[in-house]
Amino acid sequence: MKRAILSAACLFAGASLVSAAEVAPLDVKFDDYGAVEQSLTGVAGDPANGRKVMGTKSLGNCVSCHAISEMAEDVPFHGEVGPVLDGVADRWNEAELRGIVANSKKTFEGTVMPAYYQTTGYNRPGDAYTGKAAKSDPMPPLLSAQQIEDVVAYLMTLKEE
Amino acid sequence: MKLKSLTSALAVLALSAGAVAAAEDSELIINGDIEIVTRTKAPAHMENIDEIRSGWTFRSEETQALQMDDFDNPGMIFVDQARETWDQVDGSEGKSCASCHGTPEEGMAGVRAVYPKWNEAAGELRTLEMQINDCRENRMGAEKWGWNAGPMVNMTALISVQSRGMPVNVAIDGPVQEIWEKGKEIYYTRFGQLDLSCANCHEQNYDNLIRADHLSQGQINGFPAYRLKNAKLNSIHNRFKGCVRDTRAETFKEGSPEFIALELYVASRGNGLSVEGPSVRN
Ligand code: HEC
Ligand code: HEC
Repeated sequence: MKRAILSAACLFAGASLVSAAEVAPLDVKFDDYGAVEQSLTGVAGDPANGRKVMGTKSLGNCVSCHAISEMAEDVPFHGEVGPVLDGVADRWNEAELRGIVANSKKTFEGTVMPAYYQTTGYNRPGDAYTGKAAKSDPMPPLLSAQQIEDVVAYLMTLKEE
Repeated sequence: MKLKSLTSALAVLALSAGAVAAAEDSELIINGDIEIVTRTKAPAHMENIDEIRSGWTFRSEETQALQMDDFDNPGMIFVDQARETWDQVDGSEGKSCASCHGTPEEGMAGVRAVYPKWNEAAGELRTLEMQINDCRENRMGAEKWGWNAGPMVNMTALISVQSRGMPVNVAIDGPVQEIWEKGKEIYYTRFGQLDLSCANCHEQNYDNLIRADHLSQGQINGFPAYRLKNAKLNSIHNRFKGCVRDTRAETFKEGSPEFIALELYVASRGNGLSVEGPSVRN
């Protein structure tokens, strides 16, 4: 309930107005290995929503590069550009996964995986997929802080051991 | 002759390589006659790829088949339209393309294979579109065509057909070297909020699926390309624009110096593949 109110507030306020507990994209603290200890929102992630974000084209669209066996039935066309994410929570802990989703370049130097919680420092940033210039710099991140927490919560369920 | 022995050598190679997907093994011979080199050794200037492959080798068997016979290739309708335009007088000088060049077969054989090409008199690198518009403006006294306008794209297809089967062979040295270097730099620059370069997708990840798309090497030997997706012929710069847009970037414009340089560089990555246009892609 509290959660629903918060995300509704975010929707209406837009990306510029950040709720008190939220860590802004430029303030995220990565450790030397790219991990992010602190939750970006202080609100526990919702794995069901994280799953949706990962499988939806207009949101994270993570499946364009990663296959996830558990999603195969309801989400078609998983990509092969990145590793299969089955059992990913056996390989990385929560802080590491948060770091990978927020900005994977801090973990994997030069990776093709986009940074989902970064707002500046791009070449010719565009306004989404219009081909036109971005309307602002910094620009809104690809995913909101809570969407990232939700994705991390979902990734944490991908255990094989 | 040279082409023939090359293709059959490749076919033997492919056979001995064993279990590759059927669609990737097949050979492209258009109308049972024009042999197309769809895989060959990368040109010396390419650093990270050994074998270059036409986009045709990445398509499904059904899509591939559409390019094997001109009666099945929907792009050929537009070639026929351009054939009519070729003979039409337009502009203040009372001339058509035919007035200067004769038939397309006589005048245009081998042209597609060497473009973009340096024009000494003008002191500029010209794409096919630029050369066509130069003829229209300065020789015919006619209006320029837009880069993506139907008559323009169709005309590039008619011209391409006259070189089908010939190896792409654009020059990258001498007066164009600097532009080529600039094109190369653009190819390796990451753009947009997704922070991706051409190389990230078409060099590091060709043959991988990105969502439902089977990534090719992003070659342009098959352009203009008839896309099943939009049911028309598409120009090279239009394709570049789409790919840059898909990185959530502000694109460059068709005909911009950036895309002209990029076209030269990407064309040179296909030196040795056959001219294929109009190709069929999804
Ligand atoms: C454009 C391609 C691409 C997209 C989109 C993408 N990734 Fe990745 N991802 C990669 C690649 C490639 C790697 C491997 C790291 C490397 O070596 O570059 C990776 C690595 C990872 C890893 C570590 C995997 C392991 O097994 O070690 C996780 C977790 C991950 N990605 C999650 C995500 C999530 C969540 C999203 C969407 C919100 C996403 N990725 C979107 C390409 C992508
Ligand atoms: C996010 C991934 C991505 C990036 C980055 C990208 N492309 Fe593409 N490109 C694609 C996909 C997907 C297709 C359609 C499938 C295919 O042919 O590879 C495509 C197709 C093409 C084609 C058509 C090939 C054919 O045979 O029909 C060309 C040419 C091309 N790209 C060039 C480029 C250039 C040049 C750049 C950089 C300016 C670039 N691409 C950047 C994903 C990308």
